[in-house]
Amino acid sequence: MIGYFTEPWSYPFMQRALMEVTIVGVLCGLVGCFVVLRGLAFIGDALAHAVFPGVVLSYLAGRSILIGAFVFGLFTAIGVGVLSRSRRVSEDSAIGVVFAAFFALGVVLISREAGFRKDLGSLLFGNVLGVSTGDVWVTLSIGAVVVLVLFALLKEFTLVAFDSTMARAAGYPVFLLDLALLLLVSTTIVASLQSVGNILILALIVTPPAAARLLTDRLGRMMALSVLLAVGSGVTGLFISYHANTAAGGTIVLTATAAFLVALVFAPDHGLLSHFLQSRRGRHHVHHNHTAAEHVEPQ
Amino acid sequence: MSAGDFAVNGVAVGYSTTFQLSNVSFRVPPGSVVGLIGPNGSGKSTLLKAIAGVLPLRAGEVTLGGVSLRRQAARVAFVPQREEVNWEFPVTARDVVLMGRYRDAGWLRWPGHADRQRAAAALERMGLAGMGGRHISAFSGGQQQRIFLARAIVQEPAVVLLDEPFTGIDTRNRDVLHVAIREFAASGVTVLMATHDLEEVSTTCSHLCCLDGRLVAFGPTAETFTPAILRETFGGRMAVFS
Repeated sequence: MIGYFTEPWSYPFMQRALMEVTIVGVLCGLVGCFVVLRGLAFIGDALAHAVFPGVVLSYLAGRSILIGAFVFGLFTAIGVGVLSRSRRVSEDSAIGVVFAAFFALGVVLISREAGFRKDLGSLLFGNVLGVSTGDVWVTLSIGAVVVLVLFALLKEFTLVAFDSTMARAAGYPVFLLDLALLLLVSTTIVASLQSVGNILILALIVTPPAAARLLTDRLGRMMALSVLLAVGSGVTGLFISYHANTAAGGTIVLTATAAFLVALVFAPDHGLLSHFLQSRRGRHHVHHNHTAAEHVEPQ
Repeated sequence: MSAGDFAVNGVAVGYSTTFQLSNVSFRVPPGSVVGLIGPNGSGKSTLLKAIAGVLPLRAGEVTLGGVSLRRQAARVAFVPQREEVNWEFPVTARDVVLMGRYRDAGWLRWPGHADRQRAAAALERMGLAGMGGRHISAFSGGQQQRIFLARAIVQEPAVVLLDEPFTGIDTRNRDVLHVAIREFAASGVTVLMATHDLEEVSTTCSHLCCLDGRLVAFGPTAETFTPAILRETFGGRMAVFS
């Protein structure tokens, strides 16, 4: 029985995968909070797609996919920032058009290679079981920088997310702060690409914080819970994928989704069950008032 | 905190080709309460936001004591309209009030113990003692307004900007708002508010800035709150005058 739980972690590739998903979980759990609270999910998805040609180019050149992804992530984050500043362009459409095109460019580039289907699969869906010790170190270094910057600017990010009008009036450089946040999101995506890939990364950034938000009304607790859920889903998903012989990235995301659904139903204040009980109590209340009123003033 | 005259000099706001307002100028002494009034689309909210630095000035400048207000932005408190705040954000009333201390705390540092005590005192002054730990969305509209006033108080402002402060609040909350505005004015803080509540401006404001796509009139309330000027400001769009 104990062997069932310990056996997967006896393999070096599983140990590296475990470290990778833990780092990625901390990273996505923290940065994802601001993606959820600022409503940046669509932009996050666009960023994830836009770095794809960079990934492909690095891959074709035989370099670490992080280099190309990072360069493209940098440019697209700045692109989105500038785009969202001009109010006359419909932001959504512009982002949709440009980044779908980027993604298509990546697909076209890689389709020129022989045997591209296999490569495409690992680039799109990640290959956490194939990470090297070097990859883990790179993810850890990038992650440390992102977390450091996030906490250094946490007060300002909070103010801008809650009340950007006040932030501007008080003289904060709101545009630069928004740009910094986009760069953090973009870098998080790049650092997490190897574990869950291009398509699924958004789920890991959005799902754990969305579940955490249902469980608390405090930012600090939300961030802590979000990290806990992201890391927990990563480790659990990895474990399940080992025994069920399923793709690690997809299994990790589904585990996070399951955690979200549990929170959605059972969360103490914001959950569906709690709302249902409150509304039932509320209906009883209204019903009583109604009959009381009829008693006082019979028509 | 007396900081000298508040002045708007030849200000234009709006897109570069079509100004919503242009050549707006006025000057008031510290402790003035200025009402920006006018019909919908007259530019009162736009002017308030341009003064706040939220929207760009296309021409002219806004100064306090002869120095550009933008260079003293830490001393500018803004109480926004409901729609501009992210109510789903996980913050408590106390957290929101503490935001008024962020600028003085500076980059990389959080408000300290003294700041938290001031926040608690400001909440108490606004009649919300002991409620600081609740999530911001758990309060009524009027209470939320008072939380934002508490935030303005702890910011130690020289200028307070209120965007439609009387909208959707009851008598009790109106009274608290009046007291807060009076206390700001008494301590030499200049208060500017954009509002469509004419009954309120006539009693609350020391000066009126009447707008209708241009500066129609500016002056002490006694001289500007007249049927002739109001008719010119609101055109045929206002029915009741006495």
